[in-house]
Amino acid sequence: MNIIVCIKRVPMTQEADLEIDELEKDVKKDALPFVINDWDNYAIEEAVLLREKTGGTVTAVTIGTEEDEEILRRALAMGADKAIRIDPGDLGLDGFVTSRILAEVIKGGDYDLVLTGLQADDYNCGMVGMMLAEHLGIAHAAGVTGIEPEGREATIRVELEGGMDGVLKIRFPALMSVQTGINEPRYVSIMGIRKASKKELKVIKTGDLNLTEDDLAQRTTVEMVFLPPETEGAEIIEGDSSMVAEKIIRILAENGVSV
Amino acid sequence: MADIFVVVEHRKGEVRDITFEMLFKASELCKESSHNLTAILLGGRDSAFLDDIAPWADRVITLEDERLENYNPDLYKEILHRLIQKHHPFLTFIGHTSFGMGFAPALSVKSGYPIATDCIDILIDNGRPMVTRQIYNGKVFSKDSFRESEGYIITLRQAVCTPEKTEERRGEVFKSELPPDLPEPRQEFMEFVEAGAGEVDISQADLLVSIGRGIGEEENVATVKELADLLGGVISCSRPVVDKNWLPSYHQVGTSGKSVKPKVYLALGISGAFQHVAGIAGAGTVIAVNKDKKAPIFRVSDYGIVDDLFKVVEALKVKLSG
Ligand SMILES: Cc1cc2nc3c(=O)[nH]c(=O)nc-3n(C[C@H](O)[C@H](O)[C@H](O)COP(=O)(O)OP(=O)(O)OC[C@H]3O[C@@H](n4cnc5c(N)ncnc54)[C@H](O)[C@@H]3O)c2cc1C
Repeated sequence: MNIIVCIKRVPMTQEADLEIDELEKDVKKDALPFVINDWDNYAIEEAVLLREKTGGTVTAVTIGTEEDEEILRRALAMGADKAIRIDPGDLGLDGFVTSRILAEVIKGGDYDLVLTGLQADDYNCGMVGMMLAEHLGIAHAAGVTGIEPEGREATIRVELEGGMDGVLKIRFPALMSVQTGINEPRYVSIMGIRKASKKELKVIKTGDLNLTEDDLAQRTTVEMVFLPPETEGAEIIEGDSSMVAEKIIRILAENGVSV
Repeated sequence: MADIFVVVEHRKGEVRDITFEMLFKASELCKESSHNLTAILLGGRDSAFLDDIAPWADRVITLEDERLENYNPDLYKEILHRLIQKHHPFLTFIGHTSFGMGFAPALSVKSGYPIATDCIDILIDNGRPMVTRQIYNGKVFSKDSFRESEGYIITLRQAVCTPEKTEERRGEVFKSELPPDLPEPRQEFMEFVEAGAGEVDISQADLLVSIGRGIGEEENVATVKELADLLGGVISCSRPVVDKNWLPSYHQVGTSGKSVKPKVYLALGISGAFQHVAGIAGAGTVIAVNKDKKAPIFRVSDYGIVDDLFKVVEALKVKLSG
């Protein structure tokens, strides 16, 4: 089975003291560490596991700058065979434009399965996967937590709410967006990344693709971003750890939890 | 006067809450703009939902077929695309749920109507919708606009609207059959699989001591488990802890885990993503410990401690065993 995995490098914001940039269109990113999007890490692992079972190739694709090649080399170290970076130049990218560019690079190629993460950790839209499937005209499923290929189809699990899964049969070629927890992504060592740098990494420029102005026109635009008020709502407990612990125990008692 | 479509979401014979949340949001927009509220019900042959939906809408368009009873993104997408082509709705509401995430962005490409996903608010400004979303897992808010179009698609986050019926709309019902020339769907629904019951039922606990990715290492889970035991509480967690197999899935709180209603919820190293906090709406008192003072969890907490969770855990242990 030939598999394409679409991945993205995202800033790590969970513990960062985020600030809004001058244009008020995004946060300041220069001081933030960047990592592979968590969902995409599971998608790469799943692609490699499927390839190990069925043969074929795994190609990792990202749209990004030279710095973003870091995650492609990581994917190669995890077992991907080839990597493609699509350089967007100074194009503005929303979910539509991203998916349209990916489709142009992927379409016509020899693939059975396209995997993406369910969403990216930065803008949390969760739309590139399903849009890409529609551009390619192939079957799609979102939030996949299990893939069992059998010939030209697969039995898959799709996560629904409340701990329930739906089991579906889906025909190849297909696109599936992967949910976290589908597997246990393998550890990647620096040595592994160095070794993998011998594998093929192709760079394509968006300008060389056969895309019209309309294909590259954003469908949505961020007009403004802002930080919500800090710790709004919560009463902040201060003091040393011992005082904090005492206060917590008191709150428990006040709320009918006997300790 | 154009339509505002609301796509009814149902599962296992029941209309899901998100449907009424969307109907409520849409009815508010209709009041301001004199649009028509049209509910779209694609369901099985004998879905008894019509009576629940009709009072919320000006009209209900319903298509009934066995194949529509369960999740099928291809069929939903194809039928909605045809309804959009016929009625040109100004807005189409779909839930930002597993169901909606599976076809709404594809419908946007197919119909050419731009989409914004996971919206928490919508207003109409000069005839164009403008949405509010959360980015970076709730740490930042974003206001987004659309490229001009005849119609727009919006997926609404769950549990951001509290439906309140302020007026009765007498939904006129239009039944139609499945178009005969629908392409063969490329997916087939087989069955639902429900997570089995675990050793503990976190939804029954009075005190939950809940851990998130901030726990760092698997070894640290035991440390917090000891604290939970000392407090007479039960340990629960956010999704990454289950993804890493550090706790079994029946400990997970949130949209894809369990909804809980403890008297006290003690959140340790949990950032407060909406998929997590949706599960603690029924909690009495929420105490959060997080070293990031801007963590969204503090916005839904009664008490906050901005510190390293391990310091707090140790101090509690000392107090309890001393
Ligand atoms: C369809 C879907 C369904 C989902 N369902 C669920 C669900 O049911 N339940 C769920 O929980 N998530 C769910 N998620 C995932 C959710 O979006 C978040 O990714 C997840 O909740 C984050 O978990 P977290 O808060 O533990 O981790 P993070 O967001 O990484 O946050 C970790 C926090 O710990 C803090 N921290 C780190 N170290 C320390 C320390 N030493 N002391 C104190 N604080 C520290 C950090 O400041 C940070 O705020 C779902 C996602 C999707 C897309």
